[in-house]
Amino acid sequence: MNPGRSSAAPRTPPESTRLGTETRLAVEQVSYAYSANPSQAPLFTLEATSFQARPGEIVAILGPNASGKSTLMQLIAGVLSPLSGRILLNGFAIHSLSPRTRAQRIAMVQQESRLLFRPRVWEFVMQGRHAHGRSLRFESHTDMQIVQDALMHVGAADLSDRLMDQISGGEKQRVILARALAQQPLLLLLDEPTLHLDIAAQVGLLDALRRLSARYRYSVIVVTHELNLAAEYADQILLMQSGRCLRVGPPASIYQRELLEQVFQIPLRVEMRGHGRPRVTILTDS
Amino acid sequence: MRPLTFRKLFFQCFILAVILFFVVILALKFGAVPVSLYALGRDLLRVLLGQSSQISSDYGLIIQNIRFPRIILAVIVGASLSVAGTSFQALLRNPLADPYVLGVSYGAAVAAVLGLVAEPHLALPPALAALFTPLCAFIGAAATITAVYFLGRRQGQIESNTLLLGGVITGYFLSAIIVFLLSTVNSSNTRGMVFWLMGNLSTSFQKSVYWFLAAGFLLATGVIYASANDLNILLSGEKEAMHLGVDVRRVRFVVYVAASLLTGLAVSVSGAIGYVGLIVPHIIRLIFGSDHRTLLPTSALGGAIAMVIADTLARIVVAPNELPVGAVTAVVGAPLFIYLLRRRLA
Repeated sequence: MNPGRSSAAPRTPPESTRLGTETRLAVEQVSYAYSANPSQAPLFTLEATSFQARPGEIVAILGPNASGKSTLMQLIAGVLSPLSGRILLNGFAIHSLSPRTRAQRIAMVQQESRLLFRPRVWEFVMQGRHAHGRSLRFESHTDMQIVQDALMHVGAADLSDRLMDQISGGEKQRVILARALAQQPLLLLLDEPTLHLDIAAQVGLLDALRRLSARYRYSVIVVTHELNLAAEYADQILLMQSGRCLRVGPPASIYQRELLEQVFQIPLRVEMRGHGRPRVTILTDS
Repeated sequence: MRPLTFRKLFFQCFILAVILFFVVILALKFGAVPVSLYALGRDLLRVLLGQSSQISSDYGLIIQNIRFPRIILAVIVGASLSVAGTSFQALLRNPLADPYVLGVSYGAAVAAVLGLVAEPHLALPPALAALFTPLCAFIGAAATITAVYFLGRRQGQIESNTLLLGGVITGYFLSAIIVFLLSTVNSSNTRGMVFWLMGNLSTSFQKSVYWFLAAGFLLATGVIYASANDLNILLSGEKEAMHLGVDVRRVRFVVYVAASLLTGLAVSVSGAIGYVGLIVPHIIRLIFGSDHRTLLPTSALGGAIAMVIADTLARIVVAPNELPVGAVTAVVGAPLFIYLLRRRLA
């Protein structure tokens, strides 16, 4: 079975106009093995995984810890090289691109490392322009405009002159998203973007993401633990368990009680709501 | 949003260059033999007009043959150490890094001490004999750099923490060897050995050495400067840098080699002068911010200024004797550094 093909399921009319018809990202039978030492047996393997994403589409990768979500993201980002298979972005293999070209097409939002010296918010967002143009240069008016637009799109325009360590966690996450937008990518990868955010900030971030992906035709891949947010915002869900991709498809086809209970090892209830978006409730013993 | 422009950068460097100019003039004036500013200006003009033969007074000779070369050496060494310190702080992502953190100075010192011991037994022509110890020191520095590079590699590329640990351990090992050498070698040359450990700018070299040092400094600094933007991004994290289009592996290698070369050159002519390469980048960062496009050139100028001032103090505080300049930078630098650190934590 090739799970990637199941994404061709029929969609409701507004979505089919929102999403492009062509394939932007094609992950084809990609596998990976991680070992601490080349002579030892691998500690972790990702079995052959396939799926596709179209322009404007949001794909959520779900699964328990150690299911291979982040490894898959690193492979798509081009940081890891697949053991077999290939990943094509607009028909080009991601791993044959130089770091600079790759960064012009793929942007990654992830939990930030500790900053050593604190930059201002606009300087931080300006890093997204690094891959465009020569390495050593001064910022152009175009760069400044793009940075301002990016900050505006995430609702952080008024933060631009603040220092990075003087803004809240939610603001910081939006600024990191703005930096990714400043890269003007084709593909936007987000590794647990809503971690440490309060509920309003989570919804705000995902609303912004949906709006932007529709407007700028980004294909978005997001790794998350938030089952309900994924159900609400994703066009496609990739369900993973211990290094295997179990299923790919629209939320309604993935959110089945037996399947989710088996993957997440917890009793739960799935309701289907009016607009075809499921909702999950975790059932505790009490 | 006020982005860096070429004009702003030029202006900042110009101000520091003017300060450096005045510091150099004062350094020429002060010393065991006092010289008037008038005589200084007259002699300077003659040198500039190519009439150095007219400078016949003893004062003029002191200026031309003793103080001036020494100040030039201070400028190059100070600038090299500051640029190297700035680069290592970014490369290792560690604000406590300095040019010697990876053990380069100890490697140079071991080889220099061996050179000092061996030199009397080798019948070297005088021209080579004068350069023998610095050459040994440079080879020692280069060998240490190479060894630490291989220690610091993980899966084919430099890894900051492994490199730092490898370098620090190499430094400890080599400093132990120095202690062995100092206690076993019977030598009239203990003073010469202390020179390498404390640092000193009093040696004078042939003219070509200064040109060589200046060329090495410009080359290595230019190479690092070409990666200035990459270093800015590397500071916000290695993974992030990869996603933002920085060829992390290449930048790390290039900056490591160039910064080590700067350290090696400085150590081989002046020994291990401490604190300049640690503190100057921090002071410059407080004044001009942490953008490496500004930080690298302003650190170079700041390092030159600091070193000329320190060396002038070393010459005049106990004149006609003098202190090792490394002692001066340490005495001034350590309290200054503690102050900066507390401020940062506050």
